[in-house]
Parts: sequence; C-alpha cells; structure tokens
Amino acid sequence: MTLTLLIEQVLNGIQLGTMLFLMASGLTLVFGVMGLINLAHGSFYMTGAFVTAWVTGLTGSFWVGLLGGVLAAAAVGAVVEWTVIRRLYHRDHLDQVLATFALILIFSEGTRWIFGSSPLWLNVPDSLSGSVTLPGGVEYPLYRLAIIVMGVAIAIGLYLLISRTRLGMRIRAGENDREMIGALGVDISTLYTLVFALGAALAGLAGSTIGALQSVQVGMGEPVLILAFVVIVIGGIGSIKGALIGAVLVGVVDTLGRVLLPGLFKLFMAPSDASGVGAALASMLIYVLMAGILAFKPNGLFAAHD
Amino acid sequence: MTSLESHIPSRSPSLGRRPLSRETVIGWGLILVLVAAAVFAHLAGEPFYVNLASRIAIVALAGVGLNLALGFGGMVSFGHAAFFGIGGYVAGIGAFHAFDQSPLFGLSGLPAGSDLMPVLWLSALLVCGLVAYAIGAISLGTSGVYFIMITLAFAQMIYYFAVSWPTYGGEDGLPIYIRNSLPGLDTNNPLVFFTLCMALLGLALFLTQRWMNARFGAALTMARLNETRLATAGVEPRPIRLAAFVISGMITGVAGALFADLNGFVGPSMLSWHRSGEIMVIVILGGVGRLCGPLAGAILFVMMETLLGGLTEYWQLFLGVVLLAVVLFARGGVMGLLAGRERYA
Amino acid sequence: MKKLLNASLAAVMASTLATAQADEVKIGMITTLSGGGSHLGVDVRDGFMLAMEQAGRDDIEVLVQDDARKPDVAKSLANEFIQREDVDILTGIIWSNLAMAVVPSAVRQGPFYISPNAGPSDLAGRLCHNKYFNVAWQNNNLHEAMGAYMKQADVKKPFILAPNYPAGTDALDGFKSRFQGELANEVYTQLGQTDYAAELAQIRASDADSVFFFLPGGMGIAFMKQYAGAGIDLPVYGPAFSFDEIILGAVGDAAVGVKNTSQWAYDLDNPTNNAFVASFREKYGRTPTLYASQGFDTANLILSALDVAHPDDEEAFQAALEAANFESTRGDFRFGPNHHPIQDIYVREVVDQGNGPTNQLVGVAVEDLQDSFVDQCSL
Repeated sequence: MTLTLLIEQVLNGIQLGTMLFLMASGLTLVFGVMGLINLAHGSFYMTGAFVTAWVTGLTGSFWVGLLGGVLAAAAVGAVVEWTVIRRLYHRDHLDQVLATFALILIFSEGTRWIFGSSPLWLNVPDSLSGSVTLPGGVEYPLYRLAIIVMGVAIAIGLYLLISRTRLGMRIRAGENDREMIGALGVDISTLYTLVFALGAALAGLAGSTIGALQSVQVGMGEPVLILAFVVIVIGGIGSIKGALIGAVLVGVVDTLGRVLLPGLFKLFMAPSDASGVGAALASMLIYVLMAGILAFKPNGLFAAHD
Repeated sequence: MTSLESHIPSRSPSLGRRPLSRETVIGWGLILVLVAAAVFAHLAGEPFYVNLASRIAIVALAGVGLNLALGFGGMVSFGHAAFFGIGGYVAGIGAFHAFDQSPLFGLSGLPAGSDLMPVLWLSALLVCGLVAYAIGAISLGTSGVYFIMITLAFAQMIYYFAVSWPTYGGEDGLPIYIRNSLPGLDTNNPLVFFTLCMALLGLALFLTQRWMNARFGAALTMARLNETRLATAGVEPRPIRLAAFVISGMITGVAGALFADLNGFVGPSMLSWHRSGEIMVIVILGGVGRLCGPLAGAILFVMMETLLGGLTEYWQLFLGVVLLAVVLFARGGVMGLLAGRERYA
Repeated sequence: MKKLLNASLAAVMASTLATAQADEVKIGMITTLSGGGSHLGVDVRDGFMLAMEQAGRDDIEVLVQDDARKPDVAKSLANEFIQREDVDILTGIIWSNLAMAVVPSAVRQGPFYISPNAGPSDLAGRLCHNKYFNVAWQNNNLHEAMGAYMKQADVKKPFILAPNYPAGTDALDGFKSRFQGELANEVYTQLGQTDYAAELAQIRASDADSVFFFLPGGMGIAFMKQYAGAGIDLPVYGPAFSFDEIILGAVGDAAVGVKNTSQWAYDLDNPTNNAFVASFREKYGRTPTLYASQGFDTANLILSALDVAHPDDEEAFQAALEAANFESTRGDFRFGPNHHPIQDIYVREVVDQGNGPTNQLVGVAVEDLQDSFVDQCSL
C-alpha cells in the first residue's frame, strides 16, 4: 500500500470518527448531566436525515433541508424529553433501556407510516460535490473533507459552550452535583430540556449530513447508535473529550482494520478466503478493542465520574 | 451496581417460607393456564396453538435465565442473546453433523454430531457455561452502564462471527431438517415437545427457587444490595456474581437449543441485539426479580406479537406504545400488578 | 384465558371451514412488509394482488402476513398458515435465509411453495423438492449473466465487491464462473455497511478498468452515492438488485450510465408486459420494479395451474405448474427439471431522460440461462 493511500484511509477513518463524535457527544452529554442512557438517540439521527431529504425535495436546496433537519431533530428531542424522558431521570438504567427501546420501535414504525417503506432521495449539494487534491497528492472527496471541518468546528464550539458560557457552567454543575444546582435556583427542567434538545440536534446534524452519502431509510440510526455507544464507553461516559478521542479511535481502527486485515491474511491464505476471514475479523475488531479497553480500564479512558 | 436498588424492595427474599403467598398462587395459575391451553388446543386439533405455547415456554425459560443475573443478581446484561444463540447453534451444529454423518466442525478425529436432545442440552450447558465464564470474568470488573455495554459488545462480537462463518450458513443460518430426538418419545408431536419445554421450564423455576432460598441466594441478594456488608461477612461478592452469571447464561442457552428445535432453524438473528432487548423486555414486562415474572412476561409478549401482527403491519409501533406504558405507569410489571409490590415466591 | 378463548374460537372456525366448499383454494403469502428492505415485499405483494384482481376469481383466498425479515417469525407464520389455515399454496418470501428456514419443512408438510424472489442454491440443487418452484431466478443467475456480458464486452480487469455473507460469496463466485478473467481485486464488505470510503480509495488506487458490485438495498444506495463523489470514472456493472426503480429514486443521477442485468425490464416489448406496466402504474401510481413483475408472474403461474387442477390433486397440479402455461411479463418462460427458470437475462442501462433516472433495455446478456445447480437436484 502506498503512503498516499494510507493517508487517505486515515482521513476516511477520521471522517467516520467526526460523524460518530456528533452522535456520541449528545449521548455522553445527556448521560453526564441527567444520568440517562438513551437508546433512542439513533432515532434523532434518522429524523434529521428524513426531514432533510423531505425539505430538500420540496425546496430544492440542500442547505434549507439541512437547517430543517437539525431543527426538526431538536424539536422532536424537546418534545420527547417533555413527554417521556423526564419521567425516567429518577428511574434506574433498566427502565431507561426498556423505555428508550420502546421509543425506537415507535419512531421506526412511525417514520415508515409517514414516509413509506422506500428509501428517500438526498444527494450531496453541487457546491460540495467532486473531489479536491490535498497537499501531498492525496485526492479526497470535498464533501467528506467538509464533514471533517464541520466536526472540528463543532468540537471547538462545544468546548467553548461548556467552558465559557453560562449554560455550560450549569451543565458542568449538573454533571458534578445534580441536587446542588437545583438548590441554587437554576430552572433545572428547562436546562434538561435544552441539553436533551442539543444532543438531539447534534444527532440530527449527523443524520442530515451523512444522509447525503448513504441511504435515507428506516432503521438507519441503529448501526450508528451501537457504534456511538462503543465510542462513549471507550472514551468514558460523560466526558466530551473522551467522546472525541474515542470517536476518532473507533473510526480509524474500523477503517484501517477493513483495509489492512484482508491484505494481511492474503500473505498466507488463498485470496478469496483471505477477504472473507479478514472482513469477518474486521467487523469484530472494534468490539474487541472495546472489551480490551474495559478489561483494563473499567470506566473507559477518560472517565468523568460514575 | 447500585442502580437497581430502587427497583427491588430491600426485603431479603423469604422464598417458599410462606407456602401459599399470592405470588405462588399466580405462578401456579400461569403454569396451569399455559398447560391447559396447550392440551385443549391439542385436543381441538390445533397444533399451531400448541407450538405457540411451546414458544411461550421457551421464551420464558430464556427469561428465567436472564432474571437470575438481572433480577436477583442486579447485573443488567444486554448481551444474553449471545447465550440464546450459542445454545441454538449447538443444537443446529449437532443436528447438521448427525444428518451428514460427519465429524464435528468437519475435523476428523472429533466425534460425529448428535441428534439426541439430552446430549445437545448438556453440550449447550457446557458451551454456554464456558462462554459465560469468559464474558463474566472480564465484564464483572465493570459496573453500571459499562456492564450493560460490555455485555452488548461481546454479544455483537459473537453475532458478527456467526454472520461471517460460512461453514454453518453465515447470515443465511442453518436449517434443522429433522427435529432432534429423545429416545422413547415422538418429539415431532407438538404436545410432546411442549411437555419437554414445560418440564425444563419447571425444572429451571424449581432450581432457581431452591438456590434463592439457599446460602447462595442470600449471598447474591446481599451482593446486589450491600456489597460491603457481604465482604465484612467474609464472602467475596465477585465469585458469587460470576457463578450467578454463568448459571444464567447456561439456562438461557438451553432455551436457545429448544428454540432452534421448535423453529427447525438457527441463524444469527438469534444472536442480534434486538433479541437481547426482547429477552430483557420479557423479564421487565413480567416483573424484575420475580420468580414467575418471566413466564408472565413471555405470555404477554408472545400474545401481543401474535395478535397485533395479525391486525396491522405497523404492529411494532403499538408494541412500542404498550412497552412504554408499562415502564412509565406499571412499574413492577405484570407480577407487580397481579401480586402487589411485595415479593414472595 | 384469552388463549383458551382464541383456541376454542379457532376450533369453531375450523369446523365451519371444513364444511365450506371443498374446491376453494387458499394461498398464504409470507413477505417482508416492515423494516429495512420492505419495498421488495410490498412490490411482490402488489404485483401478485394485481394479477389476482385481474383474474377476478372468487374461489381463491389470499392471506398476507408480514415476516419483518426475521426467520423465526417467517417460520411461525408458515406453521400458522399450514396448521391453522390449511393453505394449499405458500408464496412470498423475499430473503434467502428466510426461505431456507421455511421452505424445506413447509413443502414436506403438504402445501406447494412458489417462490417469487429468493432462490438459494441449496433449494435449486441438493434440497430441491417436487413441490417447490421458483418463478424468479436462482440467486446466482444475474451475476453469472453479468460475468458473461462483461467478458463479451471485453472488460479486462474488474474490481469486484460484495457483502460478506452467503449470497455475497455466491454472487462473486457466480460472476467469476462466467467471467473467468483477471481481477483487479476481490473485496468483501461488512453486511449492512453504510460507508464505503475505504473500498473506494482501494478502487481508485487499483489498476482496475471497471467495477462490478453486488450490494442489495441500502448498501447499494450508499455505495453509488459515494462512488459518484469519489472522483472515479470507471464504468460500473451490477445485478438489477441495486438498480430497481425505487433504489434509483433514492440514488438519483449518481447511477446514470450503470449497466445492470435483469430477467425483466419495464420497457421489454411484449403485450403482457405492456399491459402489466400500464395497469400497475394506474393502480399504484408508480413504475413497477422487477420484484413487482415477479409477484405478477407468480400469481399468473398459479392461476394457470389452477385452471387445470386443484392443488389437492398433487400430481396433476405439479404437472400443470411444470408446464408453465402462462403469459409471462418476460416473454419466453419455462422451467428446468429442478423447477427453476430457464430464461433470457437482459442488460439494462440507467438513463435520465429528464424525469429522474430509470432503466433502459440495451440487449441480451445470456440467452436461455439455466442455473448451475441443476445437476445436484435429484428431480
């Protein structure tokens, strides 16, 4: 494998990582502040993608669609928080898992009821189609590059939001001591709704941008959800920094595993067997990574608290 | 592992000491209803309903397994589909090689497969016990959400392994052409098969009740409620938990072997995380940490699946609404509603 | 209690049914109507019901149930149909793994099974059965045809990829059995994979002169969209599974120029097909896919055999099915000895004539293609 190809694959891994970060940061925020484990987070991803595809189809503009998708995901998140989720904060993880599992069923089938069974059309906007040549001669799709840039911007934005703003201060306070911040007179239920809607908006953003590259269909959120959970568990639940590092780690390991393992097995196996075995091992790789990390660091790499 | 405290009354289980508590009566009632329904359906010439009853008994058995870890031990495993699927694959692979008269895994030197149910059940117990030991040994170092997620990760690993292992069908799964046999019985007769499932379910319930009444149960309950107190009493909580997790996996594994025989088919869908969720749903629907909870949950879940599925193609939407309502408004599940919040067995 | 009531209710119903007309025909359809990939099941059902409606026979009852793409659900529905409803014919299954779970035991219990889609190799070979018929294709057919076509078209070095599961390995094996040339690379992706950046980079870095892929459903949509943005301009080939009319609607112009093999095309010019496409569009307001045509053909095959014999007369009904005496949307249609079709496989090209991408017939890939498992079948 040439160096440029390797660089390109690492970029691909980072791009997958940024998308996972968008999902994982919302999950980890909600867990950190409210102590809630939300399996239905993938549904906001799906909501973002479907609304973006729908609005783009109506208006003809991807950017209007993107805005619509993110706002819709945030709105759906706020409504779900207000009707269902806030009843779960004082329950144990078991109730949270079951209730949000039920929400997945409701969202998936409800979306199918509204939009039908067929996948929807959504494509990369013209201004971001095609590919660019990076320094060093690596040719890379412009849209994917834009996703990486956006991910970096969101990471910085989240950092500033949490460390520099009043809302961020409350979020940090909420992570450290839930009772205390209520006692200080902060409107805790509004804060919770805001944090939950923010998480949903980030998931919606991920769904909207990735929807242009993938198939906008019912159930699209579930594989991503599982990966996002792997990310936050590796990174340490509740830690945004952990989510960022975990996301990039998972993205790069997954991508390079898929590329390198079959080649490795071809050294001592027949080519078609090697592709099969290599692909099989590659699909298990991140779970092996996660189990390995948890075996030695039971609270993840950057545990905020438990 | 303190997250479950709110769920279960801190009263230590006084299982069986009050002979006819309300929960015992309801437990026996559920068993009798299921048996009577199966016998009645058999006499009416409706094998479909007999098989439906078998399905309920098997799913309940899987739930009884999970309940031991989740309900009594407080270990929220989101990966029990791993054991369910492995049990299924043991039955499938044994039957596959018995059908072909070939050695296990195609490796000469290994014995041929077997289509005898007792052999397959024992193998399922053994294999699931070993796997549960490995998973438990690593996972029990973690707690809370980490435990939920690491068990999920192990189940996903096994799922992907099954999908891409071509010898036994990979994603397509492995059909069992002839139902495995038990000498002296016609296992193809739906009522006979139902009786087998019910007998194993009864045995599992009996054993669970015995264990929970014994020192093991007291130690497991204490490990859930107050680890420090258990340690000061000179008992290490971890081996107790590990033992419960291993037994839990083994029971669910036997349920998987039966399920494979019921369907005449085993595939990766038995290992998927949706399946883990379903087993969990059954335990919670019925009532966490209630001896007969999984049976109540299984009856309700399978009935909903069958009835709603016949009404609308969007049945999963309504299943979701019902589940949500149970979590939000009917804490303690079916047994909580029927037998009240106190826990006897 | 509910169970008891149900059971007794069913018992009453069964006894009344037994006294009903003996020559009524009951067809059970198990298909995927919910979850991922449900547009295939919906189209098979709609095509099937369209033909039934056009036949206008009131002695045929069709029961439809959703398997949610789960093998154990399909299995339990099959048991329900056979044991409770006492159906004469089963049909409808989309996915090979569901067919493998259901078909071998179902046909041994009594009813005929007529497959409108899935054609796993075991059912064509080792496990073929006198009561099992496949109206669509054996799974490898379209891949084999594409291998043959690319060889004729003088393609030198294709890069081939498929998901790592039995239908995926079968697809690439089927392709290679007819192509027989040098490959740039052979890659297996993860089943359900949605990001193909790594594979696309490998394609760009390779010395391939073309790409052949089999990625059904959402995987194919994702691959084509990402392919269009990856700055690769190699010609793309594949089976029709990634280019049906519904998938094309989701992929958009990214698919224009792709050649794909299919046993059917909506612009295939024969009277049956023209009438089918027109009436399907009128009834459902969309262009039919190959799956809809398979559902339509399946129903018409069954109807043609019912004109000759009732399924209770097993030998006569089987002979009537074998004769395949019906007007197929594909033109010529006949069964081989293993009850799988011997048929022409066409090549279509994706074009956009101003109202969205669609398929256009360009030629025949292989005439009278028969599956390669027929020798393993004992029929």
